[in-house]
Amino acid sequence: MAVYRRNYKPYAGTLTPAWSRFLVLFRYARRNLFRSKLQTGFFVACFFWPVICLVMIYLAHSAGFLAKIGIPSELITIDNQFFFRYISVQGVLAFLLTAFVGPGLISPDLANGALPLYFCRPFSRAEYVLGKSSVLAITLSQITWIPGIVLFIIQASFAGASWTWSNLWIAGSLVLSSLIWIAVLSLLSMALSAWVKWRIVAGALLLAVMFFGAGFAQAVNAVLRTENGHFFNVAYLMSIVWNSLFLLDSDQAIPVLQAWIALLVYCGICLALLMKKVRAYEVVR
Amino acid sequence: MPLIELQGLTVRFGDRDILRGLNATLRGRAIGLLGPNGAGKSTLINTLLGFYKPIAGSARVFGGDIHTDLRRIRSLVGYMPENDAFISKMNAVTFVQMMGELSGLPSGVALERAHEALFYVGLAEARYRQLGTYSLGMKQLAKLAQAIVHGPKLLILDEPTNGLDPSARQRMIRMIREIRDGEEMRIVLCSHLLRDVEDTCDEVLILKQGQIAHYSNLNEERRANKRFLELETYGANGDFTKAIEQLGCECAVTANRMKMVLADGIETRDIFRLAAEQQVRIRRMNFRRDTLEDIFLKAMES
Repeated sequence: MAVYRRNYKPYAGTLTPAWSRFLVLFRYARRNLFRSKLQTGFFVACFFWPVICLVMIYLAHSAGFLAKIGIPSELITIDNQFFFRYISVQGVLAFLLTAFVGPGLISPDLANGALPLYFCRPFSRAEYVLGKSSVLAITLSQITWIPGIVLFIIQASFAGASWTWSNLWIAGSLVLSSLIWIAVLSLLSMALSAWVKWRIVAGALLLAVMFFGAGFAQAVNAVLRTENGHFFNVAYLMSIVWNSLFLLDSDQAIPVLQAWIALLVYCGICLALLMKKVRAYEVVR
Repeated sequence: MPLIELQGLTVRFGDRDILRGLNATLRGRAIGLLGPNGAGKSTLINTLLGFYKPIAGSARVFGGDIHTDLRRIRSLVGYMPENDAFISKMNAVTFVQMMGELSGLPSGVALERAHEALFYVGLAEARYRQLGTYSLGMKQLAKLAQAIVHGPKLLILDEPTNGLDPSARQRMIRMIREIRDGEEMRIVLCSHLLRDVEDTCDEVLILKQGQIAHYSNLNEERRANKRFLELETYGANGDFTKAIEQLGCECAVTANRMKMVLADGIETRDIFRLAAEQQVRIRRMNFRRDTLEDIFLKAMES
């Protein structure tokens, strides 16, 4: 029907599968994400470190070139520590990107009362959260484990089958460490933005949770003469988990299992807070 | 099939019963939900949409139970909420297209229908403007467009004329009447403005303190209450009044004006006949029909 005709008729065609509707949110939110030049620029900047890592892998397998420029070949070793360093840098970048992107996903919908418009359709709250979090999950994946796996594959192609088989676990660690970090960041940023409903404040709160959380943890440890204050430090908990995943020794004040449980509890709390706020209407009792 | 069936529907927030055991079967093409503030109109709508869970009883929309068939019900419904509801930094076309896609329309179809819906509601010229820059009236129209984009069978409008100036209100009412007369969609209109409901609905459900105070077909109600007659006459004397009273009508006269309550079986043609017999000129005759306001007030007093 031509759009200029001012009439209306019901839709009788086929509908998209119900399971795929959350991807609608992903597509629109993703489009908004790259509308900002600053965010796009930062997203591109997140690939500098992977490129540097790529160059290092290349150099590590170019003994002749290294000898020519006078760098000992033992200086660049591609092992679990190398990939740990890679994921540590990308993890920080992922956190900063989340601080930019995450709060803008849900808070505008809450501030503008848009949630009833979503939920009056055949679209559930879980699908809404899934759709919004998939934006962060996919964007953060693009700068964490996906380039990491690409680097691993390149290293494997240079180093040969024996290195690949003996270090295959590193690929798993890369994916797992990224996924747990992505889950924590996504849920934390969305929960905060759902509660404060103000994008800038939510972004600031996310930074505060990370930085002041560390300070608070230190204060608790000092005052109460305990190590349990570290449970308030999400970044510290994450570092324990990452160290264990990459089989690195570190001075851990908290056992690995407890760190895992603490992170899962954080995720659960964030999810519960999120589901409490993501409703068509809040009931005033 | 009834549009909406309510079976002992009870909704409680905290220790307050907002809806108390509602029982009704609504079949009209356009149903008005009326009631004073806090009567439970919006709560009823939100419960039908599954936003609130009833603590007892149930409701059916197009035969689908709100406990078990919510997804199907929602796919049949278009909802225009009362308050500001839009997505910032989005133009109207993208907004309506996205809402269409969330209802299950393929992307291309949703875009086409978004344009159609925006033309239909009269936002064609402004459809590429950001929603945040819209006036209140335009936002209401955009909300209407997103409610009809997927071609629902039931359109739920919660206070659609809220905050509109008189001309914008007229446009909105005209639009709702057009939708009603198009017979593609049935309408549930929730309002505390009697005039809006009177102008657009053929049935009315009046709520009072979470209970049904009155449910009726407006046209039948009006027909049943055509009893008040006002006359402006020239040349009438006491005989004319007496003759009318002899028909069994109650009559009150002030100067050349007469007010009467027609007795059962007496029609206006009988009054005309009497006037012709007595050579009384009737300059003006006016039925004082029982208005929705009368019905509403009666329901509130009951």
